[in-house]
Amino acid sequence: MSVDIDTVKRVAKLARLAVDDTKAEKMQGELNAILGFIDQLNEVDVEGVEPMTSVVQMEMRKRVDEVNDGNKADDVTANAPASEENYFMVPKVIE
Amino acid sequence: MSELTNLTIAEARTKLLGKEINSVELTDAYLAAIEEANKSLNAFIEVTPDHAQTMAKASDAKIAKGDVGDLEGIPIGIKDLFGTRDTHTQACSHILDGFKPKYESTVTQNMWDDGAVMLGKLNMDEFAMGSSNETSYYGAVTNPWKAQGDDTALVPGGSSGGSAAAVAAHLCAGATATDTGGSIRQPAAFTGTVGIKPTYGRCSRWGVVAFASSLDQAGPIARDVRDAAILLKSMASVDAKDTTSVDLPVPDYEAAIGQSMKGKKIGIPKEYRIEGMAQDIEALWQQGIQWYKDAGAEIVDISLPHTKYALPAYYIVAPAEASSNLARYDGVKYGLRVTGDDITDMYEKTRSEGFGDEVQRRIMIGTYVLSSGYYDAYYLRAQRVRTLIKQDFENVFNQGIDAILTPATPSSAFAIGDEEMAADPVKMFLNDIFTVTVNMAGLPGISVPAGLDNKGLPLGLQLIGKPFEEEMLFQASHVIEQAAGTFAPKRWW
Repeated sequence: MSVDIDTVKRVAKLARLAVDDTKAEKMQGELNAILGFIDQLNEVDVEGVEPMTSVVQMEMRKRVDEVNDGNKADDVTANAPASEENYFMVPKVIE
Repeated sequence: MSELTNLTIAEARTKLLGKEINSVELTDAYLAAIEEANKSLNAFIEVTPDHAQTMAKASDAKIAKGDVGDLEGIPIGIKDLFGTRDTHTQACSHILDGFKPKYESTVTQNMWDDGAVMLGKLNMDEFAMGSSNETSYYGAVTNPWKAQGDDTALVPGGSSGGSAAAVAAHLCAGATATDTGGSIRQPAAFTGTVGIKPTYGRCSRWGVVAFASSLDQAGPIARDVRDAAILLKSMASVDAKDTTSVDLPVPDYEAAIGQSMKGKKIGIPKEYRIEGMAQDIEALWQQGIQWYKDAGAEIVDISLPHTKYALPAYYIVAPAEASSNLARYDGVKYGLRVTGDDITDMYEKTRSEGFGDEVQRRIMIGTYVLSSGYYDAYYLRAQRVRTLIKQDFENVFNQGIDAILTPATPSSAFAIGDEEMAADPVKMFLNDIFTVTVNMAGLPGISVPAGLDNKGLPLGLQLIGKPFEEEMLFQASHVIEQAAGTFAPKRWW
């Protein structure tokens, strides 16, 4: 399968990457090279094969449902580019 | 330059405990070595001398009291992917500018608990995506090795290029690294060092910046097999904070070294004999087979029929998981923010400026293969192929094979700025052709230096083991090390 320029732009939008025409064209070539390489997988007969969900068969680890951590609002926001009183500050979202 | 930096971890341990040397002088020797070499090699992107000296002093005090951990007073380097409290942690990406976590990764905490001394953070490919360390925001790392009679700067491999270069150049006694498709073993092979990727679930992923969560594993890069065993024992643990951490006790890996290989079965997979592979590598592989015969092991020809499909399947699974993991970098919670007209514009500008080309390519591939209508054709198919790859290994291990011997890489180190690799991303992917199957199946794999090629550059052999049987890998790789010796670059920096 190969992608056209509109698909590149649509995927970039989904991935929240700003892509202008020049960059989209460059990406198109690179992505098609990679997708061409990936296409080999179509040779494999996967009929009836279970998709892998975990490399190590193990029971899901569970823990008791209790609070064992928290009250770290300062730590959580310490690295934010903009924060105020433990809130993350973002540009206005709703007009 | 002092002789102190020439000591292996095992040697330094003996001298520290025997009070022939102390950790402060050992640490100072490494800090001086970094100071001298780093301009040329660019292996460390952040050096933490004050922190190192404080930790060294604490270790000396503990040694004086006779209360010592397994890595007491040993100076090590940490790959920039590991979260280290209040210290530079950016996965060598622009998008994490200024990020200093308020937590410590489990792996590094284990090492500090055992008395290790942190020298600083090591260069790597951005978000561990690359095989040459050239995608780092902090610039390429130069391999301490050079070809005979040729001054060309070579790559140390990647993504753990800084770790491998620093260990090879004796800028640290050992280093942490991570491996998603070969990022420990390929750089180890390119620098004449030992690197082990343990079984998935052996080292906690907690606090390590995520690339592809079902493939990522931490492991050490060291100067020899024994040092790798010492480091892995400290790094590995059972961790409630990582739900994929496996509840098995950590064995004493060092005890496996030197045990006889008599009667052990070494599998030689025919699918690893690829077209266009360098003659030197084929010869080295044959040499490895001979060493095992000499050690009394039985050589068995085996087949892993789906080997060829591991790399294309990897380039679906890894980017898919990466695109999802890297969605968190949005200019809000940490790191870089580039302002925009509105919030979406801010997200897009931040991510386009913050991520490098290789990372953006992988996010694009990952987003595409997970997008509506393509999920079954790509992602689900790749995960089915992954099941087949794992079954290939299970079949040969069920036949009684103890370990599988393969080349580690299809070539020795190549030049920084190699034009063919830069022009074609798939060419760069092929570096991982022998290592990536191991991640896809979650198995342990070790790369051990086995010789030099006709240019005088190191080459490695890889051993692949059964899940959680890292001991066999240390036992088996020691045979190669005994026969081949250890390798150090000639100093030019």
